[in-house]
Parts: sequence; structure tokens; C-alpha cells
Amino acid sequence: MSGMNWRGIWAIYRFEMMRFFRTLLQSFVSPVISTSLYFVVFGTAIGGRIDQVEGVSYGAFIVPGLIMLSVITQAISNASFGIYFPKFIGTIYELLSAPLNFLEIVIGYVGAAATKALFIGVVILLTASFFVDIQILHPLAMVAFLLLTCLSFALLGFILGLWAGNFEQLQLVPLLVVTPLVFLGGSFYSISMLPPAWQTVALFNPVVYLISGFRWAFFGIADVPVGLSLLAIAGFTLLCLGVIWWIFRTGWRLRS
Amino acid sequence: MAMVELRQVRKVYDSGFEALKGVDLEIEKGEILALLGPNGAGKTTLISTVCGLVMPSSGSLKVGGHDVVNDYRAARSLIGLVPQEISLEPFEKVDNAVRLSRGLFGKPRNDALIEEILRRLSLWDKRNTPIRALSGGMKRRVLIAKALSHEPDVLFLDEPTAGVDVELRRDMWEIVADLKARGVTIILTTHYIEEAEAIADRIGVINHGEILLVEEKASLMKRLGRKELRIELAEPVTALPDALAGRSLRLEEEGRVLVYDYDTTAERTGLAKLMAELSAAGLSVRDVDTRKSTLEDIFVDLVKQQEGAA
Repeated sequence: MSGMNWRGIWAIYRFEMMRFFRTLLQSFVSPVISTSLYFVVFGTAIGGRIDQVEGVSYGAFIVPGLIMLSVITQAISNASFGIYFPKFIGTIYELLSAPLNFLEIVIGYVGAAATKALFIGVVILLTASFFVDIQILHPLAMVAFLLLTCLSFALLGFILGLWAGNFEQLQLVPLLVVTPLVFLGGSFYSISMLPPAWQTVALFNPVVYLISGFRWAFFGIADVPVGLSLLAIAGFTLLCLGVIWWIFRTGWRLRS
Repeated sequence: MAMVELRQVRKVYDSGFEALKGVDLEIEKGEILALLGPNGAGKTTLISTVCGLVMPSSGSLKVGGHDVVNDYRAARSLIGLVPQEISLEPFEKVDNAVRLSRGLFGKPRNDALIEEILRRLSLWDKRNTPIRALSGGMKRRVLIAKALSHEPDVLFLDEPTAGVDVELRRDMWEIVADLKARGVTIILTTHYIEEAEAIADRIGVINHGEILLVEEKASLMKRLGRKELRIELAEPVTALPDALAGRSLRLEEEGRVLVYDYDTTAERTGLAKLMAELSAAGLSVRDVDTRKSTLEDIFVDLVKQQEGAA
């Protein structure tokens, strides 16, 4: 392909980010409030009884999981809404008739959704630092995990947005699949705290690898080897990219 | 080289419905083609295949010499589309929506051009208004502004004046004339035959996915130049008087009406002479009526013929 339509990508990215900034207060305030609530409930009420998990105070222990929880849900909802809305109101015609290829459309939408999720993640990290002392042993790995998570789940959200035929379907997967996986993925506990049988089951939950790797970047403790975590998230990103490539090649749900 | 060139374009939807049955069409640069056809004739599908919204099942489509499937980037860069449905981001401001369109087509920012377009469409005062606050006619203007923002060489207008007020319709026609003067090729679909008459160079009729006719408007108008004079007689006659036998007259309605076909563009229509001859033959006239065949008649005839043949 000769020369990317960078202006086109920028136009999509800018347009999507403007939607975000129009509602900046909501975008900013809601994660701050929900994070604070988690700290009050889990950190103070429960943390008072648990004290420490693998040498880390419980309040600090849940920070990586909390960030992941919000980043994953935000990345999915922003990306799925971003592409579903033009489909719903019909403005998709312009995207399809513009000289843009699939990669450019994906970069624009997924890039914007990932940026928003990243922004939320950083806001939560800053909010959390007001409640507990946070150490980050491997800052580079932390950034890498955070970026890959924003990206891969924004890709997943984009697929959901393309697939969804109505608003119910748009909510369905995040509600029925993603939220349970994230909650059961060790956001608020270590897998080692589960009974042995459930530990095995947990290993089939892809989110476990994410949260484990991310937590390792903070505290150097992990439920699964960190290499495996990186491999899992990279594999998931590639899978999403593959699905999106197929969608655009076949015009599935886009072009009749 | 034709600006838009369609060869044997077929489109069969997944449902099995054949929306286009091998359409051939050539449109020259700077030409205005009006596509007429009833609802469901395939007008929108035809436009959508050229613009990249619908994948053609077979055939070749070229815009500016670029294949719209294999060389879509070059082809689409030339095309502007004003869709039939009003599809706009409700919460976005007019100005942002129009700028987005220009960006999507990879064109650098050009404030002067955007201002010119918005002023031309009487949208300049509304540029900071969220689209949801605009009236239906204003929204349609925004759609047009979006399509013009990236300076297309070929503009598709899918029923641009359906349900709009007289003022916008007149504005539209003026804008189309301006664009044509700048060499823009324009394809518009319409239900309104007078619209085709007013602005098109050529007129195409499409029905059931087939192009039934594409003809210069001027030559169509020549056909339209035929007029029919209907003379209602005071007393019915059984046969034409011998004195009138040489003329192209026919009797209708059991001898009560004499019908005379003539060409309004001819130098002598012979109307005065005919009337003199009628009274000389002793026929008294009760009433006179004229009927002009319109584009609509031709259109209806064509569609009927096709239905009869099917």
C-alpha cells in the first residue's frame, strides 16, 4: 500500500478525542470516585482484616487490579461505542466512502479508545497514590503492560462494536463475559488464596495473566510467570488484529 | 476517457435479490446526469457500488480511470457523496463535522475553503451550532457541505431535494450549476422529473436494476415537443370529411373528438389553417384542449413497457 492516509487517521482520532474532552468532567470524575469507593470498601473495610498479601499491604495489592479493571472496561466501551455509533446513526457511510483502508480506520478509532483508557488508568493510579504508598519495581514493564492492555481491549471493543446489531448486544459481552472475567481474574486477591481446584480453573481465565503480569511490574510478585503473561497479552492482541483484518477484508457487517 | 465508467455491473444481495442486472453507463467529465426511477429501482445501490458502500458482485467500475475496488483509494479521493438519508452526528458542531469530512479524505486544513462552503450553503452563522439543533433542511445543507469540503471531481447526490423547501431546492440547483462550471461531474438521482429537466445534461431511466434509457436531455425534449390538440365536436361524426383527409387527424371517443398531433418547435404548426378547414367542412367546435407529452409520460411508458416485457 503506497502511503498511508495519515490525515484521515488524525481526523478520526481527533474527532473521537473531542467527544471525550467534551465530557471531560465525567470522564475524569467517575473513575476518581469509583476508585475512592473501592479503597473505602476493599482497602479499609476488608484490608483491615487481611493486612498483607504476599508481603504487600492489601490496599496497595489491589491497585494494579483496580487499574486493569477500569482500563479494560473503558477500552472496550470506548472502542465499541466509537464504531457502533456511526453504524447506528448512519454516518459510517462517510468512513466507507473515504479513501481509507482498514488499518487506518482501526488506528484512528482504536488509538483514540486506547488513549482514553490510558488516561483513565493514569488517573486511577494517581488517585490510588493518595490512599496508599505505591512502589513500581519495573516501571518499563508496567508501562508496557498498561499500553498493551489498552490496545488489545480497545481492539476487542472495536470488534464488538462492529458485531453488535443493537445497543443490547453492545452491552452484552462486556456485561456477561468481560466483567466476570475481570472480577474473577484476581483483581482483589491472589490466585494462591483460592482452593487448589479453583486455582486450576482460574488459569483458563486470560485476565489472570494480565493482572498477574501487571502486579509483578509493581511489586515483583506474580501468580503466573511474567513471560507467560506477556505472551498471553501479545497473543490476544494479535488475535484481535487478525479478526479485524478478516472483517475488513470481507466487509462483514460493514459493506453489503 | 469517461469520468465514470460502469461495465456490466451486477449486484446480488445475500438475500438473493438482484439489485443491479448488468448496468453499463458512461459519464463524461463535467456532465450532469440525472437518474430517474421508481423506489427500489436500484438508484441507491448503483451509487453505493461506485462510492464503496456496497461491493459489486461482478462487472467493472471506474472513476477517473481508477477501479473502485482494486484502486479504491485513488477512485474514492475523487468522489463526494450526499446520501439520501440524513446521517449526521447529532452532538457535533457543524464546523467540526465538515472539517472531519475533509480530513477523512486526506486533505490538508483549509479554513478559507470551509468558510466559503459554509457561507454558500447559508450555514456560516450556524457553524458552532450542534447538528441536532438544526432543522431538516439545514441538516441536508450540512451533508452537502461535508461532500463539498474535500473538493470532489465527481459528486453523487442521492435524492438531494426529497422533502426540502423551495429555497434549498433553488440553492441546490445553483450550486450544481456552479460546480458544473468548475468541471465537476454530477450524478443525481431524483423522483422529480422537473428537477432532471431543470439541471441535467443527460437523463437516465432505471428500473428493476436495469438502465432503460440514457439520452441527451435536448433530444428527449424534442420528443417532448410533440403536442396533441384535442378538438371536441358539437356533433359526433362517423368519418373524417374528405376535405381533411390529407391531415394527420384521427377520431376518438366515438367520433366526438378530433385529435391532431403537431410539433410545437416546427415553424408552421398549421393550427389556424386547420381551424379554418374545420369550419369550411361544416364541423362546429365545442371545446379545444391541448396536451403536451412530458418526461413523465416517457418515463411511465418505459417502465410500463419493461413490466409488460417481463
